Amino acid sequence: MVSVLTKIFGIENLETAEDVVQQTFLSAIENWTVKGIPDSPSNWLFMVARNKAIDVIRKNKHSVSYDFSDNERVLLTSEYTLASTMENLWKEELIKDDMLRMMFASCQPGISSENQITLILKTLCGFSTAEIARTLLTTQDTISKRLYRTREYFRENKVKLEIPSVAELKERTNAVLNSIYLLFNEGYNSSKSEQLIRKDLMTEALMLCKLLIDNNHTQLPEAFALMALMCFHAARSESRLTQEGDIILLQYQDRTKWDFAMIELGNCYMSKAASGSEISPYHLEAAIAFEHCIAKDFNSTNWERILELYTWLCQFWPSPICELNRIVAVMQVSGAEKALESLQQIPEKEKLKTFYLYHSLLGEISLRLNRFVEAKSYFETARGLTNSEGEKQVLQNKIASFPK
Amino acid sequence: MKEFLFLFRGGDAKEIQHSPDKFKAHMDKWMVWMSELANKKQFVSAQPLTDTGMQITGTKKIISDGPYLEGKEYVGGYLVCLAESYDSALDIAKGCPILDFDDGVVEIRAIKEAE
Repeated sequence: MVSVLTKIFGIENLETAEDVVQQTFLSAIENWTVKGIPDSPSNWLFMVARNKAIDVIRKNKHSVSYDFSDNERVLLTSEYTLASTMENLWKEELIKDDMLRMMFASCQPGISSENQITLILKTLCGFSTAEIARTLLTTQDTISKRLYRTREYFRENKVKLEIPSVAELKERTNAVLNSIYLLFNEGYNSSKSEQLIRKDLMTEALMLCKLLIDNNHTQLPEAFALMALMCFHAARSESRLTQEGDIILLQYQDRTKWDFAMIELGNCYMSKAASGSEISPYHLEAAIAFEHCIAKDFNSTNWERILELYTWLCQFWPSPICELNRIVAVMQVSGAEKALESLQQIPEKEKLKTFYLYHSLLGEISLRLNRFVEAKSYFETARGLTNSEGEKQVLQNKIASFPK
Repeated sequence: MKEFLFLFRGGDAKEIQHSPDKFKAHMDKWMVWMSELANKKQFVSAQPLTDTGMQITGTKKIISDGPYLEGKEYVGGYLVCLAESYDSALDIAKGCPILDFDDGVVEIRAIKEAE
C-alpha cells in the first residue's frame, strides 16, 4: 500500500504515504468495531486509502513539494481524470511493480545497508517502528532517525521510483539482492534478537526475492540463485533448534524434519539460475547449501565438493567468513592438522580475530587434536565475542563436555 | 508550441447521469482523450465547472447570481493544452468526448502572447 501511495505522491512525500496508510487503518478500527468486518477487508482498505489519497491530491494540487510533471501524475491534477487515474494506479497487477520500484529506490548506493533494511521493513513489509526496533534490537528513536535520514536523502537527491534501465540493472539488482540476503540472514541466524530464528523475516525476504524473479525485466540468474539459496536454508530451519529454542549443530540435526518440498522448490530455482554464463556468489553458496540438503547424514556429506565450492568462493569473492567456512571443509576432508595448517596460511589473519567463529574454529581444531586446555581457552574467547545467547550456550556446552 | 484554451459548452451529461454504467463509460472516454494529450506532453490543465456561479459587473461592481444561461450555453469546463497551430488544436478537439452529444461544443481559443 505504501508503495502505491509513494508512486502517487512521489518518493519525496514518503511520509504522507505512510500517514495515509496509518489513517486508513485507524478508520478501519473505528468502522469495523462498530459495523463489523466487511466482506472483503482488503478491498475496503484499498478503497479508503484511495479516497484519502484523492483528498491529499486535491489539497496539494498547487503545492511545490508535489511534482505532477510526469504523464500519469499530471492527470491527477484534473477533476476530469483524478478518480479514473487513481483507480488505475491501484490495479493489482501494478502493485507488484510498485513494490519492485520501491525496493530499487530503497537500495540506493548512497543509503547505508542498515537504513535500506529499515526502510524495506517499514514500507514493503509493513512493520511498525516499534517492531523494527525490536527486530533490529535498537530503540524506536534510532529507527525514526534512520527513516528520517532516508526520506531526506530521497528529497535532496530527487530519487525517482523506477525500475533501473538495462544498463544499470545488474549493479542495482545486486544491491537489492544484498539487502534481501541481509534480511534473510537476520531471520535465519538473528544476531540481535533473543530469538535465534525469525521466520517472519525469512518469509519477507523470500517474498521480496520472488517479486524480482516474477518480473520479466528483473529476473536475473543471480536472483534465482539467491532464491534457491534461501529455499535450501529455509528448508532446514525446523531442525536447527530444540523445543526450548537451543541451537542443534548440523551434525546432530534430525534430517527427517527438513522440508523436502522446499528443497525441491530450491532445485527448480537453481536450474533457472543456471541459465546465464555468469556465476555469482549466490550460485556457489546455493550449491554448497544444496550439498548439505541432499546428504543423508553429516558423515556422508560430500565434503570434497563443498571444499571445492568454498575454494572458488574464496578465490573470487574473498571474505573472512568464507575463509573460515573453507577451513571447516578442510577439517572434514583432510583432518584437523591440515585445517590448522590452512588456517595459519589465511592472508590477513589478524582481521579474523574479532570474529567469534575464528576462535570457535580454533577451539574445534584443538579439541580434535586432544589439546583440551587450548580448546577451552579458544571457546571462552569465542563466547566473549558473540552477542547471541544461543551461540553462547553452544560454546558453553562444548566446554562442559570436555573429558576432565 | 502555443497554448490553447478549450471551453466546453453544452453536451449536457444529464441524460447519462442516471445510468452509472453509461456515465462511467463516458468519463473513461475523457480519461483516454486526456491521457493521449498527457503522453504527448501537450496537456497543461483541465477542470470541470459546476453549474452554479456568480457575476460581478462594471465600475459599480454589481453583484448577481449565476450566468442563468440555457444549459447548452454556459461553460461546463475548460482545458489548456499545447498545439502547433489552430489546425492541430482542432484535430485534438475533434477527439473530445463532449462531441458525443449533438449540442456539445468545443470553443478553441489561442492564448494571446502580450507584445
